[in-house]
Amino acid sequence: MTSMLTYTFKNLPNTSKWALQFFVRPLSCSSQLQAAPATQTKSKKTLAKPNIRNVVVVDGVRIPFLQSGTSYKDLMPHDLARAALSGLLTRTNVPKDVVDYIIFGTVIQEVKTSNVAREAALGAGFSDKTPAHTVTMACISANQAMTTGIGLIASGQCDVIVAGGVELMSDVPIRHSRKMRKMMLELNKAKTLGQRLSLISKFRLNFLSPELPAVAEFSTSETMGHSADRLAAAFAVSRLDQDEYALRSHSLAKKAQDEGLLSDVVPFKVPGRETVTKDNGIRPSSLEQMAKLKPAFIKPYGTVTAANSSFLTDGASAMLIMAEEKALALGYKPKAYLRDFVYVSQDPKDQLLLGPTYATPKVLEKAGLTMNDIDAFEFHEAFSGQILANFKAMDSDWFAQNYMGRKTKVGSPPLEKFNNWGGSLSLGHPFGATGCRLVMAAANRLRKEGGQYGLVAACAAGGQGHAMIVEAYPK
Amino acid sequence: MVASRAIGSLSRATASRMRRCPGYICRSFSGSSALQTRTHINYGVKGDVAVVRINSPNSKVNTLNKELQSEFMEVMNEIWASDQVRSAVLISSKPGCFIAGADINMLASCKTSEEVTQISREGQRTFEKLEKSPKPIVAAISGACLGGGLELAISCQYRIATKDRKTVLGAPEVLLGILPGAGGTQRLPKMVGVPAAFDMMLTGRNIRADRAKKMGLVDQLVDPLGPGLKPAEERTIEYLEEVAVTFAKGLSDKKISIKRDKGLIDKLMSYAMSIPFVRQQIYKKVEEKVRKQTKGLYPAPLKIIDAVKTGIEQGNEAGYLSESQKFGELAMTRESKALMGLYHGQVLCKKNKFGTPQKEAKHLAILGAGLMGAGIAQVSVDKGLRTILKDATLAGLGRGQQQVFKGLNDKVKKKALTSFERDSIFSNLTGQLDYQGFEKADMVIEAVFEDLSLKHRVLKEVEAVIPDHCVFASNTSALPINEIAAVSKRPEKVIGMHYFSPVDKMQLLEIITTDKTSKDTTASAVAVGLKQGKVIIVVKDGPGFYTTRCLAPMMSEVLRILQEGVEPKKLDSLTTSFGFPVGAATLVDEVGVDVAKHVSEDLGKAFGERFGGGSVELLKQMVSRGFLGRKSGKGFYIYQEGVKNKNVNSDMDGILASLKVPPKSEVSSDEDIQYRLVTRFVNEAVMCLQEGILATPTEGDIGAVFGLGFPPCLGGPVFAFRALPLRGSVRCSEGSGPAQEVRGRLRKTVHPVPAAHRSR
Repeated sequence: MTSMLTYTFKNLPNTSKWALQFFVRPLSCSSQLQAAPATQTKSKKTLAKPNIRNVVVVDGVRIPFLQSGTSYKDLMPHDLARAALSGLLTRTNVPKDVVDYIIFGTVIQEVKTSNVAREAALGAGFSDKTPAHTVTMACISANQAMTTGIGLIASGQCDVIVAGGVELMSDVPIRHSRKMRKMMLELNKAKTLGQRLSLISKFRLNFLSPELPAVAEFSTSETMGHSADRLAAAFAVSRLDQDEYALRSHSLAKKAQDEGLLSDVVPFKVPGRETVTKDNGIRPSSLEQMAKLKPAFIKPYGTVTAANSSFLTDGASAMLIMAEEKALALGYKPKAYLRDFVYVSQDPKDQLLLGPTYATPKVLEKAGLTMNDIDAFEFHEAFSGQILANFKAMDSDWFAQNYMGRKTKVGSPPLEKFNNWGGSLSLGHPFGATGCRLVMAAANRLRKEGGQYGLVAACAAGGQGHAMIVEAYPK
Repeated sequence: MVASRAIGSLSRATASRMRRCPGYICRSFSGSSALQTRTHINYGVKGDVAVVRINSPNSKVNTLNKELQSEFMEVMNEIWASDQVRSAVLISSKPGCFIAGADINMLASCKTSEEVTQISREGQRTFEKLEKSPKPIVAAISGACLGGGLELAISCQYRIATKDRKTVLGAPEVLLGILPGAGGTQRLPKMVGVPAAFDMMLTGRNIRADRAKKMGLVDQLVDPLGPGLKPAEERTIEYLEEVAVTFAKGLSDKKISIKRDKGLIDKLMSYAMSIPFVRQQIYKKVEEKVRKQTKGLYPAPLKIIDAVKTGIEQGNEAGYLSESQKFGELAMTRESKALMGLYHGQVLCKKNKFGTPQKEAKHLAILGAGLMGAGIAQVSVDKGLRTILKDATLAGLGRGQQQVFKGLNDKVKKKALTSFERDSIFSNLTGQLDYQGFEKADMVIEAVFEDLSLKHRVLKEVEAVIPDHCVFASNTSALPINEIAAVSKRPEKVIGMHYFSPVDKMQLLEIITTDKTSKDTTASAVAVGLKQGKVIIVVKDGPGFYTTRCLAPMMSEVLRILQEGVEPKKLDSLTTSFGFPVGAATLVDEVGVDVAKHVSEDLGKAFGERFGGGSVELLKQMVSRGFLGRKSGKGFYIYQEGVKNKNVNSDMDGILASLKVPPKSEVSSDEDIQYRLVTRFVNEAVMCLQEGILATPTEGDIGAVFGLGFPPCLGGPVFAFRALPLRGSVRCSEGSGPAQEVRGRLRKTVHPVPAAHRSR
């Protein structure tokens, strides 16, 4: 009962009026910031660069991430995106007409709303004068949306950007077979009854077998879980290690949820259903329970199971990004700067999920920081095995020298700074939306736990990867 | 006790391979000396699983030789005697090779069939012990698992294979004219069913791991890993071992059953096979097919059928006995020796004896997008060579590009490539009509029309745009390279590369060097050819080089025989039943009558009377009537799209009648005709060797078999010349004894013209 009470209280700022929120936030955050040890010396005081505009995150929200097939299952992707946008409007109270541009990331596209950013923006009540486009880059689609926005601001083209991402795995486009489609299209063109009949006579029953969207890598036809299992084996990551890591993720997520740390979550009243207020995939279990599961991809001896993989998720996120001076002019107190970022790509077969390994040293180098400068790591957790393999790769001189063309390893992130509020394994991973969650988690953690620099990194299908430095906005 | 432990830790420290595995306890039951003397096998224990690693020293492959076998048995006996060990894993430490087969030299050194039979008996006994092992043995297969290697694997209780392209299982003994002699003919049918076993043993085909799993030949697959904390290959083998150890444990703990779930079709099949009548029908069918395909020229397939049949119908004992006896008999046959000779020759012709070229050729340019040009492009791009395909016209270029694409796409249909790999390979090809980018080319191969002045023109054009180091290779089948090189500013960079059509199927590449060709140019051409997957012979320049020159006198004899009134169909059946893959008349049609005419005239001029016999007039008249062979739809036969059985072109009757020559009865029996053809071939091959066109007899054999389809059962012309009682040859050459005289030394003059024509 008490927990329920505290829960509503904690959610109060999210749902209640802007003024109240403004009041609450400085209270809860400033003390934290002051408490943060400023003793640690950084390689750089700030990552601000001369002659380049500072880009800030004013705030970011997400609707609760749900396991696919649950409360969002009857909705369409733009409904989720719309909810995230509405949440952002409520949270930030940003005047709609100052938004210059809207960018959303998504992976599995609903054919009817292929530019889901535009449909959602219109539905969320944004000005029809605000253009919107959709980007796709597998699991780093939202990151791509954000960095596209950064580019537009830094180059002076825009001042205010809304970036976000959405994924609805409860419904995916299942198509007719190519043969069937071809026949239907030709039927469209057929003019006479004779032509139609002759076309129909070519129909065979196998035309009806549907075409499912491939869950496999196009270039290699390998499913991601399979690749993750091979990756874990290549780095000799044991099943137990993977299960332990997954358990950590779920436990930390549970703790963060219970303590109300996941403040980026905004409630979503699902039409015809209850109001969804929290992520539903967090399920701390026991190692014994997890050990009972059979491998999901490489049977019967693989190590990747349902319990140590991220699950199919529905969800959406949105972020308000501005040029610093614009944010200040509008009276905002930004949460963080978005600093240097990199995209990397490598062999999509054997190194499909090693994006963070490649991206981390590169972005640190670019920013002039070291691993020690980072106070909060937020990595996308596709699979336990993937995270642990990345750790091992980052900690290997041999790998750095032979595959990354570097002299030495970058080192693996200290676990106590790593995904402290859970990760994709436990919170869920709506492909197109995760990027914004990572950045907001890093920004919120820096504010809450103290510290200056956060590092966000993620892998993506196609053997690509991304990393970005998030710098806390000074109090 | 302490001592043995000390030895254990010592050997752990010394054997680097073992050091890599944490938790690896090396045990040496018979003391350190035994461990040190073992050179092929090392062995250790993980928990209660013995891991036996095969690694023959100083070799890329493991072969089952006597040494390895005895070490293996020694190790297995220790394992069986040990209380600590409950199961075992067999694995190779060599990436890319489990066991490539038995040591052929072991057979070659045997003098009698009894000796060979004895080897087989020993093998059978060894593998029987494995089969009956009280402790389960898991074969962990990565790389080639062929011949004796396969027989070893199927004697084990369980098989796990890596699912990569290098991992192939097969029983290729038949290709060497022998049979699987270590229980293979007995075990394989039980494991994969009689029809599949016949298919494997009679074709000798390699079976990829995923297919092997479907057939029930292996029980589990392990995916190859990418790089981790060590190189991918190394880690994959380690992983395979880890998985195999888990399964070995599971088997000894009875948690895993070795019984496989059979599908409905398998069940039906095995039910059908339990009916004697069905079995008899299968034997009969297979035998018929084999007889039809081998024309009775190869004894091994029939003996394989026999050995399988004996085992199934009369029980194991009789089966093993029959297998080993037939193995002994086959090893002594001429056919087997011929095939093994070719095998050795092929291995030799896959090496670059000219050393590493100064600059590795990475950028290729091919002139002419015809059948040959596009074919060369196809075998280049799929090995990762950046290739420019240049043609004079857009239509010609398009045709060539389509040919390359189709070649690759056919592989996709056979699942040898993924569509993605196809696309990425195809991106190595640049089609163009100009010389753009030739400044980067390391080698230009011209495959333009066979016309000297045209070749001169392109050579000059190309030399104006290519860099200094670039090799100019001519793909010509008959034009002398020195004549082509005559207009070159840099003749040391000019060489001949004679490919055979269809390029992606024919394994041979004949490289032709002139006196001026530099060694580095040759090395570069051989390196490119090897990269393209070719078997290579390097010959000296001269009219017709080696292959075309050998073919020409035989073709002359073909014309003569046709002039004598032998029907094309009859001639074809005589040649194919002698072991040629294509009938002689069909061959003329396939090569192209105009080409044949061209070559006959040119070489006739160059060599004179020795190339006589048939009348070139025949070809001339055919060309003038437009009977150019398959490409024009008519030659000796009529070719129609979609019609399989071709009919004789009746319009030829008039031409043949006008050029009729009366046959000589003393050399006109079927056998005589066959020998008349083959001896003219052999004669010319030996002449090439004598004149130094060929550097080695081996290259002569390989060139003839792989490029021209010379009967493999004869081992190639030089092999045949040495080994065969060339009765026909002797008779044809009037008993003047070139055969006898030259057989030993190959130096004396070979009598040039076979008798049939001299006495004309």
